[in-house]
Amino acid sequence: MSRFNLSVNGQNVEVDVDPNTPVLWVLRDHLKLIGTKFGCGMAQCGACTIHLAGNAVRSCVLPISGVGDQAITTIEGLSSEGTHPVQQAWLEHDVPQCGYCQAGQIMSAAALLKSNSNPSDAEIDAAMDGNICRCGTYTRIHAAIKTAAANG
Amino acid sequence: MLGFNWLAGCKPTPAAAPALQMPEAWFEINGFVKIGNNGVVTIMSPNPEFGQNVKTSMPMIVAEELDVDWKEVIVEQAPFNTAIYTRQFTGGSQGIRQGWPGLRMAGAAARHMLRGAAAQAWQVPVEEITTETGMLHHKASGQSAGYGEMASAAATISVPEEVQLKDVEDFKIIGTSRKNVEARKIVTGQPLFAMDQQRDGMLIAMIAHPPAFGMKLKSVDDTAARAMPGIKDVFTIKTFEDGYERNYFDTNTFPEMVAIVGNTTWEVMNAKKALQAEWEPISAISHTVGGFGRSQTVEVPSGLENTTDHLARMDESAGRPGTVLRQDGDPEAAFRDAAQVIERTYTAPFLAHNCMEPMNCFAHVTADGAEIAGPIQAPEFIEQTLSARLGLPLEQIDIQMTRMGGGFGRRAYGHYMVEAALISQKMQAPIKLMYSREDDMTFGVYRPAYHATYRAALDSDNNLTAFHVKAGGIPESPLGRGAANRFPAGAVDNFLAEEWSINSNITIGAFRAPRSNFLGGVEQAFLDEVAEAAGKDPIAFRLDLLKRAGSNPVGEENDYDAARYAGVLELVREKSGWGTEDQPGVHRGVAAYFCHNSYAAHVVDMTVEDGKPVIPRVFSAIDCGIVVNPDAATNMVEGAVVDGIGNALFGAMTFKDGVPEKNNFNTYRMIRHSEAPKAIEVHFVENDIDPTGLGEPPFPPIFGALANAMYKATGKRVYEQPFAPHLEASVQEAVG
Ligand code: FES
Ligand code: FES
Repeated sequence: MSRFNLSVNGQNVEVDVDPNTPVLWVLRDHLKLIGTKFGCGMAQCGACTIHLAGNAVRSCVLPISGVGDQAITTIEGLSSEGTHPVQQAWLEHDVPQCGYCQAGQIMSAAALLKSNSNPSDAEIDAAMDGNICRCGTYTRIHAAIKTAAANG
Repeated sequence: MLGFNWLAGCKPTPAAAPALQMPEAWFEINGFVKIGNNGVVTIMSPNPEFGQNVKTSMPMIVAEELDVDWKEVIVEQAPFNTAIYTRQFTGGSQGIRQGWPGLRMAGAAARHMLRGAAAQAWQVPVEEITTETGMLHHKASGQSAGYGEMASAAATISVPEEVQLKDVEDFKIIGTSRKNVEARKIVTGQPLFAMDQQRDGMLIAMIAHPPAFGMKLKSVDDTAARAMPGIKDVFTIKTFEDGYERNYFDTNTFPEMVAIVGNTTWEVMNAKKALQAEWEPISAISHTVGGFGRSQTVEVPSGLENTTDHLARMDESAGRPGTVLRQDGDPEAAFRDAAQVIERTYTAPFLAHNCMEPMNCFAHVTADGAEIAGPIQAPEFIEQTLSARLGLPLEQIDIQMTRMGGGFGRRAYGHYMVEAALISQKMQAPIKLMYSREDDMTFGVYRPAYHATYRAALDSDNNLTAFHVKAGGIPESPLGRGAANRFPAGAVDNFLAEEWSINSNITIGAFRAPRSNFLGGVEQAFLDEVAEAAGKDPIAFRLDLLKRAGSNPVGEENDYDAARYAGVLELVREKSGWGTEDQPGVHRGVAAYFCHNSYAAHVVDMTVEDGKPVIPRVFSAIDCGIVVNPDAATNMVEGAVVDGIGNALFGAMTFKDGVPEKNNFNTYRMIRHSEAPKAIEVHFVENDIDPTGLGEPPFPPIFGALANAMYKATGKRVYEQPFAPHLEASVQEAVG
């Protein structure tokens, strides 16, 4: 066990865990931030996507020892009331079906738009290919990203 | 630590707006409707939600008959209680179809009681009280009141036995698009799923099940696992007692397994790796399964099965006479006399459901009762199983139906609830059972592997004179009497349907549009080929047959409405500009199918760009009767299209010596964002028919439309699923 000081959604928190523990489980089990989802545990599905220093990363394969002083943002911290342009666009397009993948989709989309405010179709495809949606909401996700970019 | 309150996630969901003024008092009008003193309305959504959006559409039906403003509605998940909410089951595309009359009655009855309360208050006949979006009026005396003012009195009025329902043309909510009532919670990461459950003192549990079908637990050495940090206990559990008669949804996949319990998920995952278990072959067994008023005997063979053997055995079985399900005319004579006979064989592999939320469940079992919160499509069945296994009466089993991260049939089989309950009982603590993706994907309950041979006879005028389907699967046939009586049965004078099956110890379960998910695709691919051989347009060819089936049907048990079937084909033809708006480089395939009481047709457009197949557009036409929530219904059809294309291209579970050869998304390929159609245009046939179901019907025909578009794009017919390896090879060949 080791102590780690983290910045999560703008708050400083301390946890005492095995250094190999993936950030996903620190968030879910220790910090009770359950918005970040578990889907595969091997960086294949994107359900666990968070922002680490503003970049989209798969928290299921990111050991806590690799975080350092980089700020973590989860779906709970993307905006206070769901007001982020990506969340708003998701509501406008009524994207979710079951909803399980959507936190990860939104975090991937938000990171994309942060680095590229007006992505092309191909750039959206490339940024979103790591996020599986078993319900098949891809066409709505794609349209919502374009709306978010337009409203950004 | 950051603050977290599980209950915050259980707050009711305002239907339309995030902020509604909460009333000081609620009055329960009936099991579905509560009205606040300020007129805010709570409507219970009875069924388990797994993304089909019943949590929005079912309350919309109640709100319609209640005559309230949807903006004033709060939706709550109803408790599991079949005494009030009769069919709390998600499956068979039956939620809206079977819920329709009861939901309308619930809203109309509440409205009637509010009118009764106003009539009493104003001393006027109830017939003279009218309503208008949450208001009660008495025209003659000019009196008016909001529902909130009459709610307390209405709650004391007896529930009427019969009420007048609205005319379809008076609907104001049904048929208009309303946003998903949970969308805001979903996009902000609120706790909605079983996996998000938290309780004080809750432990985490995982299971280790046999690595192969045909194996069972022999012994376990848990010394190393127990010594790992955070581990509380390791023990074996048995899902069923000896001699228990299983019900239809009690899967017998791995009835005995090892449970590992600890403080956190990561610790338990690590301890699981340290577990040393030995497995041994099972013996063949035969057991009885009850449910749906019948009892059947299932034979489970021993042995470690292989996909290569499966394919050989299916070919062999297809060569032997099958069980005849339907015969019209004299098929053999017609084939003998035919000018042209077309015969094709199609195969499809086992499919894993791969719900994005792996199987999991919260359980807290004490001597006084069991609290079970989990993702479940068939709570009524698992409640019986839990009661029997835990030795608790049904009243002491409290099942909370959490939002499911996908289901697709998989979560009708709630074995994980029993496992969670047994682990909690043993630990005397609240626990959350978590499956890893690998546990989930290798647990079975797959879509069966299928095989079908079709034959068609054409006379010298290219009329279809005979049709023969012979289908089977491991461990069950896709046909059955229902499907044998579907189109083109009824449209051909000489018709034969036969089936066969091969026993297996690989377990199967319902998978979105069971059986049809294979038949719909292959039959429609076959008809495409027959139309081509007959020199006819594939839509015109089907419409001619449907005309025959409508005006002069063969046989009496035809299980489809030829006019509605033709209707979706005509609609998709019109909307896609089929035959009139052909564009160079765009290759089109069409298919239609009827199952689960509704009709669906698709046109898939395919292009080849940079040596890769691309689907720029899909057109869908659906007849599912009245559409409750059009945009949500459109979303579900889009999902079926993407899901179907994904499974057709990539879906496959294969086996080597009983071991599933894929256990996570690095090996089990799923359709990705860039592979989905670029646009999906969904059109609904407008009519006044009571809703007939939507989750499943658009799924099967997309397999066929895709196959037919692939043929147009590549010049090659593919008879084997998954399509992707064949498609990629032939596109490469074509490109050179
Ligand atoms: S859970 Fe991390 S990518 Fe799937
Ligand atoms: S909405 Fe269900 S997995 Fe994406």
